[in-house]
Amino acid sequence: MKIVPSLAFLFASSLFGVFLSAAVAQERPYVVTYDHYLEEPGNLEVEYFSTFGTQHNGNDFHSYWMEFEYGATAWWTTEFYLDGQTTFHDSTVFSGFKWENRFRPLKHEHWINPILYVEYEDVNGTDKTLKEVIGHDVESDFLESNAETRREHERELEFKLILSSNFKGWNVSENIIAAKNLSNVPWEFGYALGVSRPLRLKASATRCTFCRQNFSAGIEMYGGLGDRYSFGLKDTAHYLAPVAAWNLPSGWTLRLSPGFGLNDNSHRLLLRWGLSREITGFGGMVSRMFGGRS
Amino acid sequence: MKATLSTLAVCAGLLAISLPLASQEKGSKVGIKPNADVYAELAKAPEKARNRLNPLENDSEAVAAGRLLFEDHCAECHGDKAEGGKKGPNLRAPEVQNSTPGTLFWLLTNGVVRKGMPVWSKLPEPQRWQLIRYLKSLGVPQEPGSASSQIPR
Repeated sequence: MKIVPSLAFLFASSLFGVFLSAAVAQERPYVVTYDHYLEEPGNLEVEYFSTFGTQHNGNDFHSYWMEFEYGATAWWTTEFYLDGQTTFHDSTVFSGFKWENRFRPLKHEHWINPILYVEYEDVNGTDKTLKEVIGHDVESDFLESNAETRREHERELEFKLILSSNFKGWNVSENIIAAKNLSNVPWEFGYALGVSRPLRLKASATRCTFCRQNFSAGIEMYGGLGDRYSFGLKDTAHYLAPVAAWNLPSGWTLRLSPGFGLNDNSHRLLLRWGLSREITGFGGMVSRMFGGRS
Repeated sequence: MKATLSTLAVCAGLLAISLPLASQEKGSKVGIKPNADVYAELAKAPEKARNRLNPLENDSEAVAAGRLLFEDHCAECHGDKAEGGKKGPNLRAPEVQNSTPGTLFWLLTNGVVRKGMPVWSKLPEPQRWQLIRYLKSLGVPQEPGSASSQIPR
């Protein structure tokens, strides 16, 4: 079964991350929305995310992905994803990979901070990660069995304009999404909005696991905006999801987000959770392996 | 399958490029350059930012909290004692210690993105001020010439 080596690889990668030195992360709770913060240069963040989704008139599913997020420079973060899913009463499949890059065009902080995002994805039709909702992506798309959909192959370029601001401890982020399937499919559009805040803004003078400063919470909303020929809200799905994150002093971050479908085209529930760990000095370590200085 | 493999090869290639690029960027920031260059960014703080006062100046816990924040987020680059590391300059140098709290806050908030220092506005404002309190509490080392001679090389 092809999925076995993939999962073994994911497991090995995660273990690899556990034994390297970790940094205390200061992560936002968002799962779908991006803010303007990039990975620190030379650090690697290894993340695992799960989504349990309900399916009307079909089988519920559990999709999951691994993210390897590397800070190439202070203005460029590159990220590699491996995706898979299990549809209950059906099968478990590896659905493909994604490679994304985020660039910070401005040198300083402003009221609104833009980030440019470019992603290439190579997935089959079984992809159910719902990392973003675009075009006319609706719940009924997921009714077909894995055996049927895995024959479909999608190569897609996705662009996002990420806008993000901070005000009195609050972060407000807006993502405008445009995606183009590299076959003859029109441009598709989507959005994601997020608001979040740490539960306490000041740090405490002692190390603590359950301090309020380690928790942040917020809400995000995301959905499709149709395509080039039918732009708008008609036949699109939308979600509203409270989000929460817990940054542990050991370097781990836990995220939880129950997402609720806002119309008949949406899955009723998308329950997401994720676990991540930031590995400091990864770039320097790899560089030294190949005889580099740092 | 062939297309997937070639795409993966391109991704791996680009990732391989990014690793030395990251190292090079950091290298350009450390002691190879004279002090004036390393600390030049401090002089770019606008007047208004420079004159800001630390609202936690009288907070009795700020230094201790700032020390923990420094260990978590800054020591990796600037060294455990803030005397400079492989990537970041000495923060006990007179150029830093003689800067106003507002200047340091401005630099921390904006980073020096093109030279490898990320923006730290992801830390809430009070935490950045706590960090500044800790940095200012370190002072310049007493031994003559020890601070400026400890710029990492």
